[in-house]
Amino acid sequence: MTLDEVKRHIEKHLPGVALKPVRESLLVENPLDLPRVVEFLKADGVLQLNYLSSVTGVDYLTFLECVYHLYSMENKTYSLQLRVRVDRENPHVPSLVPIFRGAEFQEREAYDMYGFQFDGHPDLRRILMWDGYVGYPMRKDYKQEDSEVLDRDDIEWLQKHGVSVAEEHIKMAESLQTGGESEQPESEQTEG
Amino acid sequence: MDQMFVNIKAALVGLSDKVFPDWVGVLVSIAVSIVAIALLGPLIMMYLTLIERKVVARMQNRIGPNRVGKYGLLQPLADGVKMLIKEDIVPRNADKVLHLLAPILIVAPALLVFAVLPFGRNMTAVDLNVGILFFAAISSIGTIGIFMAAWGSNNKFSVLGGMRSVAQMISYEIPMVMSVVPVLLAVGSLSTNAIVEAQADWHWFVFTPWGFLGCVIFFLCGVAECNRSPFDLAEAESEIIAGFHTEYSGMKFALFYMAEFMSAFTISGMTTTLFLGGWQGPLLPSWLWFFLKTYGLIFIMLWFRATLPRLRVDQLMALAWKFLLPLSLVNIVATCIWHFLSDEAFFTPAAFLVPLALLVFSYWGLMKLNQPYMPEKRVYPLVD
Amino acid sequence: MFEKMRVKTKVIDSGKSGLDTQTLEVNVGPQHPSTHGVFRMTIVLDGEVVKSLRPVMGYLHRNHEQIAENITYSASMPYTDRLDYFNSMSNNQAWAMTVEQLAEVEIPDRAEYIRVIMSELTRLVNHVSVIGFLLNDMGAFFTPTLFAFREREKVLDVFEAVSGSRMMCNYLRFGGVNRDLTDDQLGQIKKIVADFPAFLDEFETLLAQNEIVCMRCQNVGVLPAELAINASITGPMLRASGVNYDIRKVDQYSVYDRFEFKIPLGEKGDVYDRYYVRMLEMRESLKILNQALEQIEPGPFMAPKVPACLKNPRNFKPPVGEAYGRVEAPKGELGFYVVSDGSKEPWRYHVRAPSFINLTVLEAMCIGYKLADAIVILGSIDIVLGEVDR
Repeated sequence: MTLDEVKRHIEKHLPGVALKPVRESLLVENPLDLPRVVEFLKADGVLQLNYLSSVTGVDYLTFLECVYHLYSMENKTYSLQLRVRVDRENPHVPSLVPIFRGAEFQEREAYDMYGFQFDGHPDLRRILMWDGYVGYPMRKDYKQEDSEVLDRDDIEWLQKHGVSVAEEHIKMAESLQTGGESEQPESEQTEG
Repeated sequence: MDQMFVNIKAALVGLSDKVFPDWVGVLVSIAVSIVAIALLGPLIMMYLTLIERKVVARMQNRIGPNRVGKYGLLQPLADGVKMLIKEDIVPRNADKVLHLLAPILIVAPALLVFAVLPFGRNMTAVDLNVGILFFAAISSIGTIGIFMAAWGSNNKFSVLGGMRSVAQMISYEIPMVMSVVPVLLAVGSLSTNAIVEAQADWHWFVFTPWGFLGCVIFFLCGVAECNRSPFDLAEAESEIIAGFHTEYSGMKFALFYMAEFMSAFTISGMTTTLFLGGWQGPLLPSWLWFFLKTYGLIFIMLWFRATLPRLRVDQLMALAWKFLLPLSLVNIVATCIWHFLSDEAFFTPAAFLVPLALLVFSYWGLMKLNQPYMPEKRVYPLVD
Repeated sequence: MFEKMRVKTKVIDSGKSGLDTQTLEVNVGPQHPSTHGVFRMTIVLDGEVVKSLRPVMGYLHRNHEQIAENITYSASMPYTDRLDYFNSMSNNQAWAMTVEQLAEVEIPDRAEYIRVIMSELTRLVNHVSVIGFLLNDMGAFFTPTLFAFREREKVLDVFEAVSGSRMMCNYLRFGGVNRDLTDDQLGQIKKIVADFPAFLDEFETLLAQNEIVCMRCQNVGVLPAELAINASITGPMLRASGVNYDIRKVDQYSVYDRFEFKIPLGEKGDVYDRYYVRMLEMRESLKILNQALEQIEPGPFMAPKVPACLKNPRNFKPPVGEAYGRVEAPKGELGFYVVSDGSKEPWRYHVRAPSFINLTVLEAMCIGYKLADAIVILGSIDIVLGEVDR
């Protein structure tokens, strides 16, 4: 089935759901419709998309996007990619964990890295970063630590040897010392 | 040649008799025995560590230690020096008295059993006439030591290891002692020397059906008592790090290690005494026969360690209570039948076949009853 | 080792006997000989029985995805080696496939055959080591592991001859492979493939006829098929539960449609099945290797005609778009999701790691079993921390 046929199939069975084809995937315009769509796709006799392969977040500067890849174990040739768009201040997406248990860790990772709030997730905590971490590392506006930042021991050593250290370095060292936060006024992202 | 060591001791006592009064001679004789055992125990243990490493390495397709001295013969000395110079770390919240006392309580019984092993003709250090009872009683003391070590370490994994170990050791004592009873029935005495002398002229008990089964049960239970593979869940390295001796370092750890190897030697020594004819054998000196048989059994223990994985704790308990214990009780019955049916000659056919039939039947019956633990055969379809 | 015991004991009423019992909360890891890396499980034990289990990961998080957003596509290739550091060739293949999908590159036949040979050799290495590690976890003191490593050494020698490095090979490139296979190296591979079945027969008796292994592995950690599909489990774990899904047969990527091989399925989904399925998969891999070694022919090892964007691999600017490429890595489905905005660095780079997702069912499989079983079940999921944490 082509993408348009799938779109029409879903719209026929689920009235009121707005879908838009974007590149080779279907964008579900209203995030709250997502569980209905996914549940329909899983139970549908024709498509039987019962294997959720991947849940990811992407940051597109003006909005955040959550991408889902669905495959079918029975009809080995069917696959579908779904998207949901939310804005950056209020990224609430309904969780797919009641339908697919495999989304559990991947949604936690999307929360950890991008800040998506998955409503209905049984245990939404950070998974890769430690529990008290502040900030969402994978967002594009996340300021990375500069490799030339000084910390308290470096500053003490320099001052002991008579080198004067700028006030902003001292303030930054203090703020770094108080756990987890990485706030840097002026520093470039280093080229990889 | 056979009585070499006995003659040396007699010469030393004679020397002291020439110089000192009579009662000193008694002390010298006791002292010679004690010094011999005190030197022999640790020496055996040291070279047993080396033998274990070489044998296990050979089974794993590699060479063991071969750097320190030719063929690694000085390796135990290097290990000893390493253990001695390590810092003795005691955890802050540990119970100091228990922490200190535990290794001592484990090593002392292991060393004490050396006193009743008949190393050769007339070469038992202390010829008690309740030798087997002494062995059974003393080897139970080790259990308390292990639990003290576990509790005194203030470490959850240690306590887990300690409890597993105590349960295991208590469960395996019973079949062990039960399997010795047939030997006592056949000999009529508890003295180790008398048991060996009753096995003269190739009348080793292992050649009888009840003796063979008794030997196997005793050896397996002995391996469990020493906490060696495949019963080593008390120190299961891959699960709970090192179990009850996690928090020990330096000389105390060396004492635990020593206790394990000395127990291995004493268990093998006891098995040869009880079932394999002790120091009986043609041609070679008696003490050489004893050591050959004992080291043969130790080799089997090392073989177990290198090849078999570990049992889980409930499977271990089931093995002891549901399999070995009934089997050892049936063994006693079989011995009595053998005793009544046999006349002057050792190998009378009827006396052999009836117990053999009884034992084979009970083994088969117990295997059937323990059915849930038998491995299942699976079928794996290959599809396109 | 000493930091293991951060204690929180709770007093719960066991209800049945009216006794006050305490449950013990134990941290297994992150430093532990059997957790296959820095991985922690917080287990609540009642005696020896597991009441609940929480996996804690992230100790090896190197933020590979963000690094990839700052470097070029070709420069990401060595980083993919370090994801699942046991099977570097499969990771390389997944990434190369994804970018080739994005840029629409045609790959010559010989390069495809070389890729398949390397992938299947990697599968052999992985499965044989995992079985060795299982027996090690159960306490067989390293002997089976060293037998397995003897065979692994031969394969690593081949990798070193071909790519210069034993484990982090960095051998595949977009459009083909880095260097051609000489006839000597093909001969080396043929010898390995010829000797392997005898070793597998020997190794199989260690599993199938060892009563202790059977007692400890059968009916332990059962994973039902519906839960496996629902929890997105892939790889040998899924096939041991009886579900026939192997990406080599489903997607037929690379040249897998030219080989004849079968997929072994388990029936019960317990630990024993997972290992036996891996054993049978090794035999199927040997079949594929034999066929590939016969069918391979001399030819170009790098695509002669590449699209304009790939003319200079260092300055490779793929067209705007996205791609999701997946392969059947030895651990499961390894997928790469890449979004390109036309510049030489990816806009978004995501790794769908099989080990990470397979850990979802760890708790479900361990509840009700003993602590020793939890270790064995973790070993049967076959995780590698490089993938779990990225």
